[in-house]
Amino acid sequence: MLGLEGNSIFAAYILSIISALGCLVYGIINWNKGGDNEKQDIKEEKKWESDEEKISETL
Amino acid sequence: MFNILAVVIYISILSYFAYLGFKGTKTAKDYLVGGGEIHPFIMALSYGAAFISTSAIVGFGGAAAFFGMSLLWLTFLTIFVGVFIAFIVYGKRTRKIGHNLSAHTFPEFLAKRYKCPAIQKFAAIVIFLFMPIYAAAVMIGAAKFLEISLHVPYVTALFFTSIIVAIYVFFGGLKGVMYADAFQGGLMFVGMLFLVIFTYTKLGGVVPAHTALTDLLAQPGVKAQLAKMPPTFNGWTSMPGFLSINWMVVVTSLVMGVGIGVLAQPQLAVKFMTVKSNRELNRAVPVGGIFVLMMTGVAFTVGALSNVFFFRDTGKIAVAAAGGIDKIIPLFLNTYLPEWFVALFLIVLIAAGMSTLSSQFHAIATAFGHDLLYNEKQSQAKQVLVTRIGVLIAFVLTFVLAYYLPMIWDGAIARGTAIFFGLCAASFLPMYTAALYSKRVRKSAAVIGMVTGFVVSLFWMCFVHFKTASALGICNLILNKPFLFKGTKMPFVDPIVIALASSIIVTIVLSFVLKKDIDDEHIEKTFKGV
Repeated sequence: MLGLEGNSIFAAYILSIISALGCLVYGIINWNKGGDNEKQDIKEEKKWESDEEKISETL
Repeated sequence: MFNILAVVIYISILSYFAYLGFKGTKTAKDYLVGGGEIHPFIMALSYGAAFISTSAIVGFGGAAAFFGMSLLWLTFLTIFVGVFIAFIVYGKRTRKIGHNLSAHTFPEFLAKRYKCPAIQKFAAIVIFLFMPIYAAAVMIGAAKFLEISLHVPYVTALFFTSIIVAIYVFFGGLKGVMYADAFQGGLMFVGMLFLVIFTYTKLGGVVPAHTALTDLLAQPGVKAQLAKMPPTFNGWTSMPGFLSINWMVVVTSLVMGVGIGVLAQPQLAVKFMTVKSNRELNRAVPVGGIFVLMMTGVAFTVGALSNVFFFRDTGKIAVAAAGGIDKIIPLFLNTYLPEWFVALFLIVLIAAGMSTLSSQFHAIATAFGHDLLYNEKQSQAKQVLVTRIGVLIAFVLTFVLAYYLPMIWDGAIARGTAIFFGLCAASFLPMYTAALYSKRVRKSAAVIGMVTGFVVSLFWMCFVHFKTASALGICNLILNKPFLFKGTKMPFVDPIVIALASSIIVTIVLSFVLKKDIDDEHIEKTFKGV
């Protein structure tokens, strides 16, 4: 199939494309999910980033 | 001329982004303040650009030319495991737990999760000592391309590559300039998109191209050129015979080593902590998936198809025409693609190498300065000095390895990458997975599992695996034979298979046998909001 001799190569070829499309579909379906505690998340992330900058200063 | 002009333009743009980073105008914090809309895209490209390097394109692309399209199983794993599972199953919890515990590096994450500072030191040593093998693999990939496209000796190309990397690493490249990563990721995407369209078009389309590759094995003279290949090679569009030597190398070393090892890569795991919520990770998944397909999918397909081009023009298969696995992709690009594209691809490869090397040296720098030798009483200036000394040592080690490895192994890029990925998986993956999902796992079980994975990996590399044991010579020195179990298939089994299995079993069994050694309060703090 597709000019490929082995079925398992065809499977890997197709699965690679399907999994990339799966990533696309997953992202679209869950585009707005997972941001319920935005205020708390941003607060935590700001603290984390500020500590990260301190570590960055030593590089 | 095109090549030099392209490199000058690329370096100018990169310097501009580094300058922006230095001014601190586009750090992650600014994205957050600005609403964080662009952040998932940048994070995904940054992750992808750090994951995919010259190793994947030149090294594994060359391996695909040698072993065939069976490497597409690695493409599948890099997308399904390296993006989908990594972002959703590992990324979301890593982000939340990392924030809960205020962890900033992979060793620190594991140490704080298990309340065991020794883990931090151990993981830091593993990263500091072994990451240079992977960094060398990336550097070899860039140098091999320069060697062929600029017609200079390998040593000169390696020296030039090292200079560019050193300037970037020591002057701003470790600061995590996200625009630079996104820019490099974008370049890589455009370059690989053109490459796949060009290759299929030149061969008359997808099916005719694959058919030509399938028919190659029956062409006169081809089988004679495959003398080095074990008899179980069934052509470039078939899997090697099940459990044959070829199958062992492709499946256990190349596909499993990298395809599973990606989950426990220190420089990638920390990327998850840079986003503000799970929503950002959800939004990053499509970009990551498509990007990685375009990188590994194209590199492995084009790598395999290069055999058709070489055979038509020279009567030789790719590895014979190029004179080595790591030279195949550079020679193919320089021979068959338009001059302007070779110049563009030179930039693509430098970008691919640079974005990965900066993340690798960032991991090495933090492992040495933050995880291993951090002392809060030290002044900041002294900390900077200590870190820079560590990076310098690692840089010299990387250069030396990049010089010698190609002399030892044909296909040194893929081999070096697989060694590091396998070692990380065997040492860290069971404890990392348990850190995210199990409240029951014991600290001592995790530590013993980690050490077991590491020790078994090293033992297998030094005494059993045919490639590494022969190259290291330790087995020969002690036991007067290049490797153990000669005459069986064991020397062809990659260390990851034995070491990861040992580490998983030890971690699980000991967690049931040993008494609880992490207090409930800490577990509650760790999993708060998860």
